[in-house]
Amino acid sequence: MQREFILSNDYIFGDALNKVLAEQPQDLINIMKKSGLRGRGGAGFPTGLKLELVSKNDFDKKYVVCNADEGEPGSFKDRELLFNHTEKFIEGMIASGYAVGSSKGFIYLRAEYKWMLKKLLKKIEQLREKSYLGKSILNKNFDFDIEIRCNAGAYICGEESSLIESMEGKRGEPRNRPPFPVEHGYVDSPTLVDNVETFANLPYIVKYGDEEFKKYGTEKSPGTKLFSISGDCLKPGIYEFELGCTLFDLLEACDATDVKAVQVGGAAGITVAPKDFNTSICYSELPPEGSIIIFNNSRNMFEVLKNFTDFFKEESCGLCTPCREGVPKIADAVDKFIRKENVPDSHIEVLMELADVMKVASKCGLGQTASNPFVYIYKNFGDSHHLS
Amino acid sequence: MQEAETNINKIVEKYNYSHIELLSILEEVVDANGYLTEEMVKDLAKQLSISANEIYAVATFYSFINIKPTGKYVIRVCKTISCQLAGKNEIIKAIEDELNIKMGATTKDKLFTLKTTDCIGMCDKGPSMLIDDEVYHSLNPEKVVSTIREYKRI
Amino acid sequence: MNDKHKAILKVSINGKEYEANENETILKVAKRNNIYIPTLCYHSDLFLSGVCRLCVVEVGACRALQASCSTPVLNGMTIQTESEIVNKSRKMLLELILANHYTGNNKCNKDQSCELQELFIKYGVTKSRFGRPKEKRYKILDNTAVIRDNDKCIKCRRCVDVCECMQCVEAIKPMYRSNELSIGSVFDADLDKTGCVLCAQCVNYCPTGALVEKESIKDVYNALNDPTKHVVVQTAPSMRATLAEEFNLPAGRSSTKKMTTALRQMGFDAVFDTNFSADLTIIEESAELLSRMKKKFLNKENSSLPLFTSCSPGWINYIEYFYPELLSNVSTCKSPQQMFGAIAKTYYAKKSNIHPKDITCVAVMPCTAKKFEADRPEMQDSGYKDVDYVLTIREFAKMIRQSGINLFELPDSDYDAPMGISTGAGLIFGVTGGVMEAAIRTAYEVITQREVPFKNLDIYPVRGMEGIREASLIIREPIDEWKFLDGFELKVAVAHELRNAKKMLDSIKANESDYHFVEVMACPGGCLGGGGQPKPTNMEIRKKRARVIYDEDRALPYRKSHENSAIIELYKDFIGEPLGEKAHKLLHTYYTARAD
Repeated sequence: MQREFILSNDYIFGDALNKVLAEQPQDLINIMKKSGLRGRGGAGFPTGLKLELVSKNDFDKKYVVCNADEGEPGSFKDRELLFNHTEKFIEGMIASGYAVGSSKGFIYLRAEYKWMLKKLLKKIEQLREKSYLGKSILNKNFDFDIEIRCNAGAYICGEESSLIESMEGKRGEPRNRPPFPVEHGYVDSPTLVDNVETFANLPYIVKYGDEEFKKYGTEKSPGTKLFSISGDCLKPGIYEFELGCTLFDLLEACDATDVKAVQVGGAAGITVAPKDFNTSICYSELPPEGSIIIFNNSRNMFEVLKNFTDFFKEESCGLCTPCREGVPKIADAVDKFIRKENVPDSHIEVLMELADVMKVASKCGLGQTASNPFVYIYKNFGDSHHLS
Repeated sequence: MQEAETNINKIVEKYNYSHIELLSILEEVVDANGYLTEEMVKDLAKQLSISANEIYAVATFYSFINIKPTGKYVIRVCKTISCQLAGKNEIIKAIEDELNIKMGATTKDKLFTLKTTDCIGMCDKGPSMLIDDEVYHSLNPEKVVSTIREYKRI
Repeated sequence: MNDKHKAILKVSINGKEYEANENETILKVAKRNNIYIPTLCYHSDLFLSGVCRLCVVEVGACRALQASCSTPVLNGMTIQTESEIVNKSRKMLLELILANHYTGNNKCNKDQSCELQELFIKYGVTKSRFGRPKEKRYKILDNTAVIRDNDKCIKCRRCVDVCECMQCVEAIKPMYRSNELSIGSVFDADLDKTGCVLCAQCVNYCPTGALVEKESIKDVYNALNDPTKHVVVQTAPSMRATLAEEFNLPAGRSSTKKMTTALRQMGFDAVFDTNFSADLTIIEESAELLSRMKKKFLNKENSSLPLFTSCSPGWINYIEYFYPELLSNVSTCKSPQQMFGAIAKTYYAKKSNIHPKDITCVAVMPCTAKKFEADRPEMQDSGYKDVDYVLTIREFAKMIRQSGINLFELPDSDYDAPMGISTGAGLIFGVTGGVMEAAIRTAYEVITQREVPFKNLDIYPVRGMEGIREASLIIREPIDEWKFLDGFELKVAVAHELRNAKKMLDSIKANESDYHFVEVMACPGGCLGGGGQPKPTNMEIRKKRARVIYDEDRALPYRKSHENSAIIELYKDFIGEPLGEKAHKLLHTYYTARAD
């Protein structure tokens, strides 16, 4: 179940790229489609299809963007890839650029990771020196270069349309979709936005083939996945597991005992109680965003709820009504829980109704998930703490 | 102020006076000058041919773009859940005691500003913090105090 | 490729099938078929969507609801606009807005046409289960024309969109984020320090009471109640075409002869018409145009062309602030409002034997920038403040309501002489292209001694609602003085909304256009879409207002400014020659670059 695949040291930069550039762009798209790889940022859009959509857009300028704005609480697997597996995802970016017909890539790096900016720039420079970036890569008629743009402290910019707004020097507010970035992205050009881990999967799939890739994971969620595990366990860190694994598998690997709850998918994810630890983690069940935070029995789940709710209260972009106005209403109630003030059942019902509305009426994923901590924590842990 | 003007000129020139690079420009201006002043915003507006309001709208959206006076070093302690579980409150207390300021404040010598920040991706190594762009993790009260003292010595 | 037929799509809304065009939004299809969907951020005149989320609908099997204002229809799409979750969401959103909507002790200036209030009523949202704000959170921001109360703001961003996209001013922006987000200016500056041109289009589109004009009602009542004051009033050309809307009548109804009666009942001592001074403006401005052309084309001297009209004070503020290098192109003619004031406190004062210090000059305008214009220090050429107070049409309507007058039950009456005598040329100042048309009617006749070669004097090429309209007119057989213009092609252009003015200015700066005369109005449709007009506004409403103006023009016995008998007498008895010494003192002005 636990595999070394993306994190494997059995990797030589250029193997995949040599193969890709010797073939037609469509060949890469085909193998990516066959692999069934889905976006590793959380949304799970089929990667091959996205490549194809961008490639089919006839436009003279297209862009490839690596979303390195990992901001989900408890998520740090991209940090590892960015810092210690730099070549893998860059190779994925270059190959993707070839597939879609783009000559310019961006790494959109979160401000909190600026400490690794120098290293990334150095790596890019080295690849330029070796002609893996720049003009006529590997003597083929293919130019590609990479520039790094940085966020400046805004969680919402992990959402791809906000990310693009931010790259254009604007407030990182989500755009109306459609149109999607594959048609109208950065400076209105077709843009491929993928997560660091998605790009990092690409060299492996190219090298070993889609059949090998599909041997792992489940039918609908093939491949392995990186999990960032933190919280109450003896061995926090990054773990690579096949998709379809369960929380039991992960808890065992990181040596977690006396577990009261696990937060799967970060603040925007789901709070899972022990009775559901055998649910599998894949695109159709527990969200495989990758953030796993463990709480043991000594933890007060309402403190956890407050932390998450305050997080959303600060990070909401403020554009749409449900998120901007809704989150503070939940936060007010949570503050009352913490102060041990009475929150009548009737008001809990109102808040649940609010949560439903935020889920369906908010403009982007942030607002649609910002009520999750309240819903799941209250549902699973409400009774023992409800003080009314 | 003259100094700020010179380095703003350099920064916008580096980015080709392109407002599409506004965020990068603001980041560098803040790096060089600590925070944005009204004069800087107006100067940038002129040089980038966009409105001062647009610049301020962008600047106030991002938490790392300081629009208020800050110390030479900005300490940002991660307050998100994993670092909270790992004991960020003790770290904050230790810093407050060491610098003799409260959260959000700047030391009298204008050397440090203390803030909290949302998840910095050091969840497996909490508590953690940033001092400007540098990251510090696996903190405990002793470690954080000695780190800060090193900054005082620079 | 342009005439390629657009595919007709079929969509189902609430179980019924409708046809739709490609790229149409759900909202557009619904509206066309009279299916109601509430909106707060979306407005047909503007460019934004997807902010307030009130227009969400259920689409097919999508888990999330879609904002109908921003979601294009697809063939076979099934849409529910009234399902349980949709209605639940709308109510909840309104409740959330109410929970953050501080109105003090429930008093709101917006006693009329508050879109938000209408929605509260429609959806039965009378209280918020989340409570209401207990105190003010924001400082009131203001300038000469506009007041912004962010405690009533619902962050729909219409004002931001108007300011940025329609007017290219960008005096306000969304600042900060999350629940701290507010609409404001750089470093929280007050409204008068932001380049605001005072057009108040933001007020026109604000769906709440967060943006209102700064009222002068009290000052006017004080003057009316002061027995030592002789209070004269002038009413702007467009008012007669729009005032009725303030009394719940549909757009397109004239109230010319009623409002004069109302003004008398309210105690104004003389009821005059800005159309009179609009005629006066035409005499001066067409003379100015011709003199500039003579200078340039006959004497081959330097002379700034094109000549820009100067009647729209929002436009004047704009060019002073953003294009000061082109100020020499702006006509030195004061606006009709200010010409009126200067004449009222000199000529009229003398004629009626009243000391100008005892005259209070009130203007009822479709405009908020007129308040600033009246306050300009250079507008005191009579020796007194030429125009004392400016009311918007909305303020005037409020006064009518306060005095209990039932406007449409009043007997008809006419304007007073002499400053109520006017022509159709003055009247059409109220609509975009009108100043141009009026000027051409006069200038052409000055040059040729013949009427303009347009049937019934209707110069259609400069009419309409296109943002920029160009026209040209070849001058045939001029009289001797203007012989040099024989065969000359006079090129004119008309722009309304400042974004179109900006386009025009940029093309002039880049030497891409060779106009001789350009009319610019800051507001959509000209004054009839002004920032002080009744709400709501949209293209359909503005077209109806324009119709009233053109119809009345056509029915008038005199339709050329130079035929106005009162104006002829004014020149004969008082001013002398157009552009003469007295004209310069009283009727012309200068401009100041304002950018910092």
